[in-house]
Amino acid sequence: MDLVPLTTPSREKLRLAFTVNGEPRDLVVESYKTLLEVLREDLGLTGTKHGCELGECGACAVILDGELVLSCLVAAVECPGRSATTVEGLRQGPELHPLQQCFADHGAAQCGYCTPGMLVAAKWLLDRNPRATRGEIAEALSGQICRCTGYLQIFDAVEAAGRTLRGEPAPAPLLPSVHRGSTNGR
Amino acid sequence: MTTRNVGQPFVRRDGRAKVTGEARYSYEVAVPDAVYGVLVTSGIAKGRIVEIDTSAAEREAGVLAVISHKNALRLPGEPHLEGPDRVVQALQDDRIRYSNQPIAVAVADTFERAVHAAMLVRVNAEVAAHTVRVEDELHNAFPHKIMAGGKLQEPDESHGDVAAGLVAGAARVEEAYETPFETHNPLEPHATVASWSGDRLTVYDASQWVFAVKKKLAKGFGIPPENVRVVTKFVGGAFGCKGSAWSHVVIAALAAKQVARPVKLALSRHQMFGPVGGRPRTRQKVAVAAQRDGKLTAIRHETVSPTSRFDVFVEASALQARHLYASPNIESRHRIVRLDIGTPTFMRAPGESSGSFALESAMDELAHRLEMDPLALRLASYAEKDPADGKPFSSKSLRACYQEGARRFGWEKRPRTPRSQTRSGQFVGMGMATAMYPANFAPAQALARMLPDGSAQVESGTIDLGTGAYTVFAQIAADELGLPFEKVRFDLGDSDMPEAPIAAGSMTAASVGSAVLVASRALRDRLIRTAIVDSASPLHGLAPIEIRAEDGRLVATSGKSDSYVELIRRAGGKPIEERGKTAPGDEREKFSMHGFGAHFAEVLVDPDLGTVHVSRMVGVFATGRILNARTARSQFLGGMVWGIGMALHEHSVFDEKLGRIMTRDLSDYHVAVNADVGSIEPLFLEEEDAHVDPAGVKGAGELGLCGAAAAIANAVFNATGKRIRELPITPDKLL
Ligand code: FES
Ligand code: FES
Repeated sequence: MDLVPLTTPSREKLRLAFTVNGEPRDLVVESYKTLLEVLREDLGLTGTKHGCELGECGACAVILDGELVLSCLVAAVECPGRSATTVEGLRQGPELHPLQQCFADHGAAQCGYCTPGMLVAAKWLLDRNPRATRGEIAEALSGQICRCTGYLQIFDAVEAAGRTLRGEPAPAPLLPSVHRGSTNGR
Repeated sequence: MTTRNVGQPFVRRDGRAKVTGEARYSYEVAVPDAVYGVLVTSGIAKGRIVEIDTSAAEREAGVLAVISHKNALRLPGEPHLEGPDRVVQALQDDRIRYSNQPIAVAVADTFERAVHAAMLVRVNAEVAAHTVRVEDELHNAFPHKIMAGGKLQEPDESHGDVAAGLVAGAARVEEAYETPFETHNPLEPHATVASWSGDRLTVYDASQWVFAVKKKLAKGFGIPPENVRVVTKFVGGAFGCKGSAWSHVVIAALAAKQVARPVKLALSRHQMFGPVGGRPRTRQKVAVAAQRDGKLTAIRHETVSPTSRFDVFVEASALQARHLYASPNIESRHRIVRLDIGTPTFMRAPGESSGSFALESAMDELAHRLEMDPLALRLASYAEKDPADGKPFSSKSLRACYQEGARRFGWEKRPRTPRSQTRSGQFVGMGMATAMYPANFAPAQALARMLPDGSAQVESGTIDLGTGAYTVFAQIAADELGLPFEKVRFDLGDSDMPEAPIAAGSMTAASVGSAVLVASRALRDRLIRTAIVDSASPLHGLAPIEIRAEDGRLVATSGKSDSYVELIRRAGGKPIEERGKTAPGDEREKFSMHGFGAHFAEVLVDPDLGTVHVSRMVGVFATGRILNARTARSQFLGGMVWGIGMALHEHSVFDEKLGRIMTRDLSDYHVAVNADVGSIEPLFLEEEDAHVDPAGVKGAGELGLCGAAAAIANAVFNATGKRIRELPITPDKLL
């Protein structure tokens, strides 16, 4: 990696040439930045979320050279030459990735703030284990906190996406039973 | 109204933006030339800043300013508003009133430099003795009117003779219950981007109420409200903490003014604990007594909760005791004490969630004492009219909720005696509780516009917290305008739009939904009138009553029709719009309006480890019309899982010596994670309620949490024979 010294030696800049979502990127950033900040602030890829910056919430998850990492805990200096996949890189063109489609259809995104991290973690799982069971899904997503949904829609969406990717028919999203008609006072 | 769209489980409109990462939350809005603000917060709970040394921070490269009370611009006005608004600390004086209070802000050209500069600020403070323990202030407890459901309510209410009722029963329970401090912790931290242009201010804020942010900033900076625009398109969860503009919002605007650059300011996860509210701890006492047949002879519910030294928030835990069960003698009492803490605030189901834990636990204890089925006890005192004032309920399907829930859950399999059933080495227990939450409704406005292409654009400055507002309001408008769902766009989250109330209190669907309905209906009527007077329209000269809206056309009973596209083209090709507003009316005085439900929970308790797993929950809810079963399910599922968090995990633990919350991140402050969630089934009994509001809905955001923790605690008792009266139910309490 090339270090470009600034006037004060402790304020070095870093030349960061790496691949993001399949595209080569070459930029100069402050050497103290995290991968999360580089993605969000320097590259404008705000899909990756900042939830705690402590490695606790999973909102910042990205895939780095095939490994699932928390980008808030990855220093930019570790990244030259590597390849990162963020939520923005899940789809090819206008087509949503089956995971994205299933998350939307199953209502797995409520406020949506945990969603990019969930999607990336789920993609990492299905890439390695296309037949992941519900237990394996829960295990793989155990580092991701969701404060809104109650998680079940997320499990359902990942399961359905797994089926779609395997070319199997996926079950329709679960809807609650609504007993209609007046039950007033009864 | 025709209901071709309302009631359909359409997929969330904003889902695509959220799964692609395109949805921009407040901090992510691209504002050119923005710099970064990072707060410095106090490490002590009370005192005075004697000296604040910012010189080291200011010397750092990239640092634009470090602003403290010493050099902060003096706000010309006090930003505090009437109503549910919180008093802020915007660097205006040297006082420290609670731990983690903002005392300075570092502004730099990158986020990391601002963080670094904030860490270099040295503070010399004169420390004063603080109190963060409710017990220490009980002697100063006092009553205060309660702001709940958009109106002020009395702290105390009683009817009948509770003392006599308590001794008249065949069995009685008098116990104390406690719920801890909790912190909202939406996944998106609070964030504000403030940008000035002359004396005009634009703010992107993670907010539940853009209009309050606007008014507050206008008041604080002494500028006309129309000079402030607040925009909130996406919020990463809120649950009450984003319901008022806290100190950091004012500070962001102040810093932006001082450095003459737009400022982006987000709270760190640590800073979410203290300066932006939380559910206050409650100490509650409940006394209930009943005859042999389960008819309640008395209910008394008393609660004490803390507020800050400088503001008032009352956790209204005892309100539901006034309305829930029939009894000739009911008394409820709220007291607050002042502590050296940040002001607590509304947190999902404020009052009802903490209060239902106490009341519904006591009911379970009473059933046990009477050797009665807890569900039968509740049915024996089923309130056919509101016990507080004798008003009829606008609708109430609680009995059906109990019955349907019991059937779905298999309540008859509940172990009769506690600690009597095991499954693979774990104790099994079942519990139930009632859910109740008021059907709130507040004034709201909306605008509906028909475009020349025959599609409609509808808007109101409400917020979609993930609730489904973008989706369900388009459904309502589509039905009124006779358009397919795809032809209606609903937009929100901008203070330049028609005014909407706070997106809280489970009242958005009712309030904004009704305003959307009224505006859309007004637009339809206007279009009908336009057609009638237009000699070129096939509908010329007809009576309005003969015309309905259908499939993008106005259709007469005779079969003649005119399309919106043609109609507008002939009228000059310009969009046609109408506004609508709604406000609570007389019906509110005539009826008692609440959503109801019943929770059933099964738990597995490990006898050796004392761990509790909620294996199954069934919740049946009757909350008026269900606009969209998919988004409603998500609300209730989330609410029920919050119940698991409340029952088993959530606790903002104070270090009393230091006066600060010690569980200041998500590894110490536990929320429910995916391993906590077993099988959870929310279902709905839909009601036709002609009185509650024009949209016929009672709200979905909070009811699912009300009673949920009690159902789990009651199940834990059934499993173990141990009654835990203090949340959360952690293993140490069960061993
Ligand atoms: S932001 Fe990285 S784990 Fe929370
Ligand atoms: S959808 Fe809001 S945190 Fe998961």
